[in-house]
Amino acid sequence: MAKDPYEVLGVARDASADEIRKAYRKLAKENHPDLKPGDPDAQARFLEAQAANDIIGKKEKRARFDRGEIDAEGHERAEQPSYRHYAEAGTDHPYHSADGYADMGDAFSDLFRHAQAGGRTVRMRGGDVRYMFDVDFLDAAQGTKSRITMPDGKTLDLAIPAGLRDGQVLRLKGKGAPGLGGGPAGDALVTVHVRPHSLFHRHGNDIHFELPVALYEAVLGAKVRVPTIDGPVTMNIPKGSNTGGRLRLKGKGVPGGKSGGRGDQHVTLRVVLPDESDAELETFLEDWSKRHNYDPRSGMEA
Amino acid sequence: MRETEVLKMVSGVRRVELRRWVDLGWVLPEKRSGELWFREIDIARLRLVREIRRDMAIAEEGVPTVLSLMDQVYGLRKELRRLAEAVEAQPGQVKKAIAQHMRER
Repeated sequence: MAKDPYEVLGVARDASADEIRKAYRKLAKENHPDLKPGDPDAQARFLEAQAANDIIGKKEKRARFDRGEIDAEGHERAEQPSYRHYAEAGTDHPYHSADGYADMGDAFSDLFRHAQAGGRTVRMRGGDVRYMFDVDFLDAAQGTKSRITMPDGKTLDLAIPAGLRDGQVLRLKGKGAPGLGGGPAGDALVTVHVRPHSLFHRHGNDIHFELPVALYEAVLGAKVRVPTIDGPVTMNIPKGSNTGGRLRLKGKGVPGGKSGGRGDQHVTLRVVLPDESDAELETFLEDWSKRHNYDPRSGMEA
Repeated sequence: MRETEVLKMVSGVRRVELRRWVDLGWVLPEKRSGELWFREIDIARLRLVREIRRDMAIAEEGVPTVLSLMDQVYGLRKELRRLAEAVEAQPGQVKKAIAQHMRER
């Protein structure tokens, strides 16, 4: 196949007619066989430049070449036959469909019976269809069954596995778009978003939880009720606990599924004073602080 | 034509895409000694799928419907043309009667 005429003449695709003419003349002068007798390379370059100029040196031909109607040798480029060209040519190809007239009554289908016998039906798998679904934090942690209604009114039963993560995609085989010609249906892909919880925060398979404790519970120790994703349990607050102190409820985290066992619930303590100021507590602390001076900010450089 | 040659010929289609479209049944090449073999119609069909996905920007889920409708139309057009040829081959009297019938109904 001949080289691209623009390349041969060394000009840009949007070169002006004048630029093309100058480029051609230069090449022609350099390589003209009368000026370079006995140099076959020069002769080849000369012929090449001439052929290129034949095409892009003429306004009309250049336009046709740019549109892809003719090739670099000036030949008409064969148009690529369209799909329709093949599809309508016969019935003995796998894409042939008689569905367009299959239900048109006996007389009509008699006429076309041969055609239906000729074609195979195309079997196509239906497309996958995507859905979004929001689930409560506790439902995702414990697992649940849910029913979602699709735009066409059909319902899908969704099994949320215990420990499902935010953004996880559940695939429901065969619940997508129907197949064609007896092909299998596609799948429904449901992206599940887990709504955040006001108390529980998930880190991997562990649950983080902040537990407010009263001043006296922290100082004296106590047994308190703590919510978990399974319901409340009793936990021991050791004597002398402080804000920021961390306790662990083993096995009260989120089921790990395939990736491993159940996580833990980490409880961070926060000491909370009574809502209203208390004269008795103030009197006591005034007295107490005189004898028990401590500096919680020691080692802190301002 | 083999897969590699097809990919050279049909620009802008990657091997993974071609395989997926074959898996989905959008393009139905023959299997010849364990290899995919594309006929001319398969290559034209592949170009059509490329145009549907790229130029018309139709999502993957929509492609089977588009292809199915196109095949129905082409099937109909083919039969319509055959019917017209059959009518054309009839004696003048019959042709007239058919034309009359079509005008009236």
